[in-house]
Amino acid sequence: MSDALIVAALLLTAFMATAVVLTRDPARQAIVLSGYGLVLAVLFVVLQAPDVAMSQTGVGTVVVPLIVMLAVHAIRRHHTREPDERDDS
Amino acid sequence: MSQFLYLIPGWILLAGVYGIVTSRNLVHAVVCLSVAQSATYVLLLTIGYQRKATAPVFSDIKPTRNVVDPLVQAMTLTDIVVGATVTALLLALTVQVAKRRGTVDPDDLRSLEP
Amino acid sequence: MSRRARLLVLAFGGCGLALLFALAAFRLPDFGGTSHPYGQRTLPNAIAHHTPNVISSINFDQRAFDTLGEELILMASALAAVLILRTVRAEQEDAAGKHAYGPAQVFDALRITGYALLPVTIMTGVYIVAHGYLSPGGGFQGGVVLGSAIHLVYLSGDYPALARIRPIPMFEAGEALAAGAFVALALAFAGQVTAMNAVVGLEVGSAVVLTLAKFFEQALLVRKDT
Repeated sequence: MSDALIVAALLLTAFMATAVVLTRDPARQAIVLSGYGLVLAVLFVVLQAPDVAMSQTGVGTVVVPLIVMLAVHAIRRHHTREPDERDDS
Repeated sequence: MSQFLYLIPGWILLAGVYGIVTSRNLVHAVVCLSVAQSATYVLLLTIGYQRKATAPVFSDIKPTRNVVDPLVQAMTLTDIVVGATVTALLLALTVQVAKRRGTVDPDDLRSLEP
Repeated sequence: MSRRARLLVLAFGGCGLALLFALAAFRLPDFGGTSHPYGQRTLPNAIAHHTPNVISSINFDQRAFDTLGEELILMASALAAVLILRTVRAEQEDAAGKHAYGPAQVFDALRITGYALLPVTIMTGVYIVAHGYLSPGGGFQGGVVLGSAIHLVYLSGDYPALARIRPIPMFEAGEALAAGAFVALALAFAGQVTAMNAVVGLEVGSAVVLTLAKFFEQALLVRKDT
């Protein structure tokens, strides 16, 4: 039973990590990153690590996504040069 | 057989590295780096896990009870918090790059002139 | 290097890494097994030193010297981020007077929830720091909770209020004092788990507040200059 839970949590983590990487727009990526932080925290609880889950919840779902959002905001202010026309696939 | 589970942190690491290499935006690259870093947390904690064992906190269980490996948890715990400030530092550098050069696309930042 | 060449190099390196990683993974002990030589050695010490939370015992007692290094990395990177993001003179002049930020338009429900959760969150943070030796928690986790808690005021739409309850010089002094106190504790009195938890909580909380404050400054205060 608990093994099945761990496998499910690990697969969900791998899926969310891929989702974070494939989200190319940083503003959207911050939101997906927040979800990834939450999934990681759930995985850590399942792996019997409540201390680690606690710090992951605080850092991964609040602090880092907030900093990413603020950085995106600050950068948008300075964006003078338009990206060249290259296919962005 | 059950070692297949250790391949998942490897996948997360490779996904993060792929994101960094193909990134068109430095903020995206920094976030991908933090994803690659999170692979180490997953690897350490899966190695430290033990079946039928509980969390290493002895306030309400007998000292003879089996617990999972506390050492890897302690290492992961500090690294998560320290890693967040390092991510913040990298993002601060990115903001500075945007200020100086007006772009955060690594392909437009080839030369080192200010 | 062209995009194509870069992807080729990545594919080559990625395949090599995947191969080596898989070879290494299959030589590891079985998942969920009972072989944890390092972890097992820490348990008797934690119980002998009366620290029920073994993780706190490792961080602040058995490997306090290692935590000292991590702590200094944390301080150094927070300091560097604050230095890099300092507003230069031109921006400061630009920011003065031109942009008055009053309370933003947010739903009453959000505003009230934000203010109501603030004391609860700060209480939780203090509890997590104070109970770190006994129950899951400690300075690192509680510091993050404390540092992010006061930003609930921003979520309630009131950035000026956030700026008022967050006097930067005080947090800078707190960060410096906590770092100094931690070095002293780790070198001279390692094992004072509760005191070290409190000091680390102060340091992490200050670092989070200071870093976020600088990012807020960059993102909000000098925004409308274009």
